[in-house]
Amino acid sequence: METEKEKELLQLKEVTIRFAGDSGDGMQLTGTQFSETTALVGNDLNTLPDYPAEIRAPAGTIYGVSGFQLHFSSEDIFTPGDQPDVLVAMNPAALKKNLPELKKGGMIIVNSDSFDIKNLNLAHYESNPLEDGSLDGYQVYQVPISSLTANALEGVKLSPKEVARAKNFFALGLMYWLFNRPIDKTVQWIHEKFAKNPEYIEGNEKALRAGYNFGEMTELFTARYTVEPAKLPKGTYRSISGNEATALGFLAASVKSGLPLFLGSYPITPASEIIQYLSTYKNFGVKTFQAEDEIAGITTAIGASFAGNLAITSTSGPGLALKTEAIGLAVMTELPLVIIDVQRGGPSTGLPTKTEQADLLQAVCGRNGEAPVPVLAAATPSDCFNMAIEASRIAIKYMTPVILLTDGYIANGSEPWKIPHVNELPEIPVKFRTEKEGFYPYLRDENLARPWAIPGTPELEHRIGGLEKSDIYGNVSYDPDNHHKMVTLRAKKIKNIENDIPLLEVEGESSGELLVLGWGGTYGAIKEAVNKARAQGYKVSQAHFRYINPFPKNTEQVLKSFKKILIPEINLGQLAKLIKSEFLVDVQQFNVVRGLPLRVADIVDQIIKTLGGNNGK
Amino acid sequence: MANNVEVKEIKYTAKDFASDQEVRWCPGCGDYSILAQVQRTFPEIIDRPKEKIVWVSGIGCSSRFPYYMNTYGFHGIHGRAPAIATGVKLANPELSVWVASGDGDLLSIGGNHFIHACRKNIDLKILMFNNRIYGLTKGQYSPTSEKGKITKTTPYGSVDYPFNPPMLALGAEASFIARSIDRHPKHLQEMIRRAGLHKGTAFIEIFQNCNIFNDGAFALLTEKDTKDDHVLELVHGQPMIFGKNKDKGIKLDGLTPMVVDLTSGKYSKDDLWVHDEFDPNPARTAILAMFDETPGFPTPIGIFRQIIKETYDEGLFRQIEEVKKKKGEGDLEKILFSGNVWEVN
Ligand SMILES: Cc1ncc(C[n+]2csc(CCOP(=O)(O)OP(=O)(O)O)c2C)c(N)n1
Ligand code: SF4
Ligand SMILES: [Mg+2]
Repeated sequence: METEKEKELLQLKEVTIRFAGDSGDGMQLTGTQFSETTALVGNDLNTLPDYPAEIRAPAGTIYGVSGFQLHFSSEDIFTPGDQPDVLVAMNPAALKKNLPELKKGGMIIVNSDSFDIKNLNLAHYESNPLEDGSLDGYQVYQVPISSLTANALEGVKLSPKEVARAKNFFALGLMYWLFNRPIDKTVQWIHEKFAKNPEYIEGNEKALRAGYNFGEMTELFTARYTVEPAKLPKGTYRSISGNEATALGFLAASVKSGLPLFLGSYPITPASEIIQYLSTYKNFGVKTFQAEDEIAGITTAIGASFAGNLAITSTSGPGLALKTEAIGLAVMTELPLVIIDVQRGGPSTGLPTKTEQADLLQAVCGRNGEAPVPVLAAATPSDCFNMAIEASRIAIKYMTPVILLTDGYIANGSEPWKIPHVNELPEIPVKFRTEKEGFYPYLRDENLARPWAIPGTPELEHRIGGLEKSDIYGNVSYDPDNHHKMVTLRAKKIKNIENDIPLLEVEGESSGELLVLGWGGTYGAIKEAVNKARAQGYKVSQAHFRYINPFPKNTEQVLKSFKKILIPEINLGQLAKLIKSEFLVDVQQFNVVRGLPLRVADIVDQIIKTLGGNNGK
Repeated sequence: MANNVEVKEIKYTAKDFASDQEVRWCPGCGDYSILAQVQRTFPEIIDRPKEKIVWVSGIGCSSRFPYYMNTYGFHGIHGRAPAIATGVKLANPELSVWVASGDGDLLSIGGNHFIHACRKNIDLKILMFNNRIYGLTKGQYSPTSEKGKITKTTPYGSVDYPFNPPMLALGAEASFIARSIDRHPKHLQEMIRRAGLHKGTAFIEIFQNCNIFNDGAFALLTEKDTKDDHVLELVHGQPMIFGKNKDKGIKLDGLTPMVVDLTSGKYSKDDLWVHDEFDPNPARTAILAMFDETPGFPTPIGIFRQIIKETYDEGLFRQIEEVKKKKGEGDLEKILFSGNVWEVN
């Protein structure tokens, strides 16, 4: 291309971009499209959508700002990036809200048309930041995106409102030019998405191309950038979000176990996508039941499990609270069931669209009576796929409900996923009891699991329920010694699962000064932080739990191999509490509960602080 | 050719449905009769092998029911029986799924599940043992207790209005609504039989005497000298007649029902409201349901209403088949590798 010769093409290792605008500005779409294209170009990437709980907050206000951050690189990356290098701000409110997080000296691209008195007022700006010098020190590019879009769309049969709405495609086109990405994937997407609406196709495609061409023609930009493909292991890849991976994981578990999948669920952010995805797989025989409430979500699943389906229920923290009593029922009836909690900010309704790790204790302890439940936690968006299969395997093998924790960040965030082939996935053996001889509903096998004898099986008619059962026979029993025995057996059955899960892996030296210990969705942030600290010469290792109840068998040994243990969490120290009480070790906590992923830089600071200056170097 | 399929003639007796568990209701409790009528009716109405029957319940005296039936059984948690039963039915639509519940279990804590099961027309038979009291927790008032009821939690009398169960079921558009009485075994058997034949949510309210905490709640409807004047037995295609000497009838004047005296010479049988179970107009069913709350009117028992419409389970499996036809059987490998994929070499 000619202009490429004219304009410098600078190579970068990694870039973090944040798109920000009004909730109605289409920033999630813009971000998703940029991510998809970036994945296809071959970069490693990680995304963080961040949107308000209000569907359409009043236009122009700060609380109505919706953002989408993505971090892409020519190397392995694990987080959406702490601070953006580039901010695309579609209005003053978006600038105001996001500027504090932009890197010093970072690039700002604004839609200058939107910086009028009205919008400046709505964003509580006393003077125009584009004129008053407050952005000195940043590279500011003022682009009249709205009017350029309107010019480009002249003659297209769209209302002025619809024309205005196309401006996000202009911005996207400009960013494609600036970061040297092809536009054709998005063009194709526009054609598919608006197949029934030729005017929309024309308008959006024109806006996209106009944005791209503007970059080329304008004098504004003197350079453009490129990020080389990452060196990922060989294979076929797609970009996947945690919720989609969760849905696919359960679909795979259904195929691998040969059991029809039944999902009972009540919509709740950020978990609703799981039922939405699964409801499209009807041709796999998947049954999705949108229940009247969370209690019905889980109790229909319990009924389906009793009758022999692979039964799951998906929710977020408030829903998990409602399901509590029923989880106890599944513990008592010893039926396989997976409860997925996509954690969000709490307590109560809390921060519905934000992430948090504050349901750990609810998952591990939150039930009446002694009701032990295995608790698993996915570490990254694509790991949700593996953990969904694992949760199903454990539930079936041990005849127990299992809680799978993910969180808003990994649920909505996405990363490249090396797609596994179906024949590489683990089998999930299922044995329904059919022989009458020697059948007792609570006679246990070598794993302490009771038989799964489903209705429809001749001569195995039996009754189960929430009342305490007599050992082996399963009749209602109020015998004190029997109760003690059953409580102990149920606990032992769950504890025993430690023999059937991977050991806790230590990344870095297997013993030494400092271990950074995490669980669930903070894996990427901790990993990047530990890598950074190690690159600076600090002696620090990482271990990350994906199995929390029971803990991996070698946990104590790992903990005792380090002088100090640092536990960063997006809660006030819930894993720390479990570790302290279970292993009687001292730990240092790092807790930030902002509804956002932990920042790598903050964890690095903590590592250095915990090591005490040069300690460990 | 179906000759490789062994067709077994299934013949059961009432005894086949009795489990080995000792029945533990209070002596004299109306629940015994309900259990007996179910066990007596089942050999006649069950069109599939016994292992395909599942009883599901919540919590309460009434909810102990599944333990006493020699079928598959699930004693759930308080109020959730309709939801658990829904899961059973959707997991395996070949099962015949029955729910035993109480007035507190089904209409208070489980009210939401009940109305939604009705709304969705899930193929469940729901038997509600209405003793107008919380039996298992020893005598607190229930959502069907009459206003002014004195119980342990309402020492000065309750101030709230009770639910009218058929009215509630009607509001949720249940496709089968019936009522019977524990002390009316033949009638109760008939209602169980008819519910068993219905496809869709079948709801039977069964008046049940709790002789410990609410004895005589239905005495007017069960005692020899009062019952005929207070009970109206609904029979499809028959005029609504009641009274000791069959001397009273119900006439419907527009939307206003009246009790008329058949001996006065002013009215004859031909003037009376002829019961139509399949009446599509819910307004008339509502009028029937309100008799109970209208002084001077008899309490109807029998089938209030029954309509035929697609059940949820039929709809669900129809849709699965349709999608399979359209998209082909699910192929996991294909789904995993779909969307925007790229190769790294
Ligand atoms: C979650 C929960 N809340 C309360 C109870 C206590 N409880 C058990 S049975 C019952 C009422 C049962 O009344 P009803 O359904 O009318 O049954 P009955 O005993 O009268 O047959 C209550 C309140 C419980 N077991 N679980
Ligand atoms: S308390 Fe009442 S309802 Fe319960 S078993 Fe006794 S008599 Fe029957
Ligand atoms: Mg009751």
